[in-house]
Amino acid sequence: MGIYIVRRMIAAVWLLLIVTAATFVVFFLVPRLAGATPDDLASRYAGRTASPEVIHQIAIKLGFTDPIWVQYGRFVKGLVLGADYSTGPTTVHCPAPCLGYSFLTQNPVLPDLLDRLPVTMSLAAGGALIWLLAGVSTGVISALHRGSVFDRAAMGVALAGVSLPIFFTGLLALSVFSYWLGITAPGGSYTPINENPLHWAYDLLLPWITLAFLYAAGYARLTRAGMLDTMGEDFIRTARAKGLPERTVVLRHGLRAALTPILTIFGIDLGLLLGGAILTESTYSLPGIGKYSVDAVVNNDLPKVLGVVLVGSMFIIVANLVVDLLYAVVDPRVRYQ
Amino acid sequence: MSPLLEVRDLRVHFPTEDGVVKAVDGLSLQLERGRRLGIVGESGSGKSAAALAIMGLHQPGTARISGEIWLDSTESGRADLVRAGAEQVRKLRGRTMAMIFQDPLSALHPYYTVGHQIVEAYRLHHDVSKQRAYRHAVELLDRVGIPQSGSRVDDYPHQFSGGMRQRVMIAMMLSCNPDLLIADEPTTALDVTVQAQILDLIRDLPAAVLVISHDLGVVAELADDILVMYAGRAVEYGPASDVFAAPQHPYTWGLLGSMPRWDRTRSQRLAPIPGTPPSLINIPPGCPFHPRCRYAELTGGQATSVRPELRPAGSPEHLVACHLPNPRRAQILADEIRPTL
Repeated sequence: MGIYIVRRMIAAVWLLLIVTAATFVVFFLVPRLAGATPDDLASRYAGRTASPEVIHQIAIKLGFTDPIWVQYGRFVKGLVLGADYSTGPTTVHCPAPCLGYSFLTQNPVLPDLLDRLPVTMSLAAGGALIWLLAGVSTGVISALHRGSVFDRAAMGVALAGVSLPIFFTGLLALSVFSYWLGITAPGGSYTPINENPLHWAYDLLLPWITLAFLYAAGYARLTRAGMLDTMGEDFIRTARAKGLPERTVVLRHGLRAALTPILTIFGIDLGLLLGGAILTESTYSLPGIGKYSVDAVVNNDLPKVLGVVLVGSMFIIVANLVVDLLYAVVDPRVRYQ
Repeated sequence: MSPLLEVRDLRVHFPTEDGVVKAVDGLSLQLERGRRLGIVGESGSGKSAAALAIMGLHQPGTARISGEIWLDSTESGRADLVRAGAEQVRKLRGRTMAMIFQDPLSALHPYYTVGHQIVEAYRLHHDVSKQRAYRHAVELLDRVGIPQSGSRVDDYPHQFSGGMRQRVMIAMMLSCNPDLLIADEPTTALDVTVQAQILDLIRDLPAAVLVISHDLGVVAELADDILVMYAGRAVEYGPASDVFAAPQHPYTWGLLGSMPRWDRTRSQRLAPIPGTPPSLINIPPGCPFHPRCRYAELTGGQATSVRPELRPAGSPEHLVACHLPNPRRAQILADEIRPTL
């Protein structure tokens, strides 16, 4: 088991290098192929009135004129050893792991990301709890009462949940619950949990529900299909033949077996979300990683984009690893192979 | 004393879009304590549907069950399971009547250890500590012949071979010492060498056994009485020795003839029954077997119009549902059938 984890970690490092290299290529090479020179890139950092000579100096100083592999090497070196960035009058040290330095905001990327991580984590954790409870229980009830009014209604709502984008459901929820009924936070505010847990939950309630609606829909459909499958299995008939009450048959025998695929999807969804719930954070103006990455892309701020990509892919890789390990816990048939 | 199990005119009908599937259509049988009854028939003859009806394992809403199923339980007395509430039947399951299934791999839960699954059944009906229940599970595994039962109790079903899994299944169903054990094709999914061991195990059980099989060999090994089922009803019913020595129904003749025999030449070895089992939605009028019966014409048209009832033939306990006059049947048996058996 230990060896397996180490092997997966090594593979993860390679994967992260490949992901960042690909991001590098996209954000460095594509503008050049489109005809932008290093000076054009540097002009964004040089102020409005800078002369072409000054811009060229900046381009050299920021390393934009170096070949792309040199620039990528510098980024990786910063990750491992840390880096120093000269901002003109002063030099900023960015300790390892240095995810880069934004010349636009004059900030190293990592502390910025760490500031925003609690927001995204709060959003993801609360949303995940709601969608897991709502989705799985809806799916179980739907499967047990297949074809009933509840089943049809739930699956209709689930279809809507899967198909409606968050910026639609989110804005709709905002206008109804916050502006019309006035029972939820109006958006744009976030209170850290250690400051005031009640206020934290109040601010996040609508984003949680919006996010959970999208995911719960998928989980309800997945659970329903899984339960319909497992409840037809022979071991369910055995459980009934033993005289177990139907409730135990459904939960301990049916749901237990149907949960495995749900666990897989859940891990990956959660990992993906921790890298930034872009639409939800943007809709509710929550200062999380998702919002940060949108700003970074809009401003063409490569160090930030790289930082978000790196952190986001790390979450996904870790989530995948955790899911694979959990699989062995959940399914004894995997454990012994 | 009333028999342990008495089924009267049992009907299990499934309404479908194409019509009503009459899986069991007027089955009656009796099983005394400690005896073993074998039900044989082709796939779709209603054997399993009848067994599931006795266990109360048909999904409510999908099956329409009528008739009477009287079970005389040691604990709770005699009750008609058709009329009893679902909760009452559930409490009898596992404790008074238990069932083992064809494929022991899919019938055991893949995520729980065999010990857990046995303990779950035992503790459901007995108020004992987990430790005591586990000790009981180890004893049971030992009793059904699983080596190193003390450590294997913590293994998962996939870590056992097919025969061992069926032993686990039997151990689980024996955990509460049921009066009635229903074995639905208990050896069909197993290797031939393992089949004999499992049959020995079942034969040594104290419970009354209702064994269901398409394999006359299995039934011959186990059963004291034999009931041959066709299109949801008994066509022949009697002591095993009588049924094998002097089979009475043309369908039984067909079943016996379609058993592969090693002591025949290749061309004589198998004599399959012509035709296919009838649709259970449109059961042929009269005797359901008449479209496949070589002797249907000898009944003077009765075979196509009147459904035959069970009546004695050969001996008083040996019943057959066939329109052939007894002397005529005896003659066919002597001239045509016996030489081939």
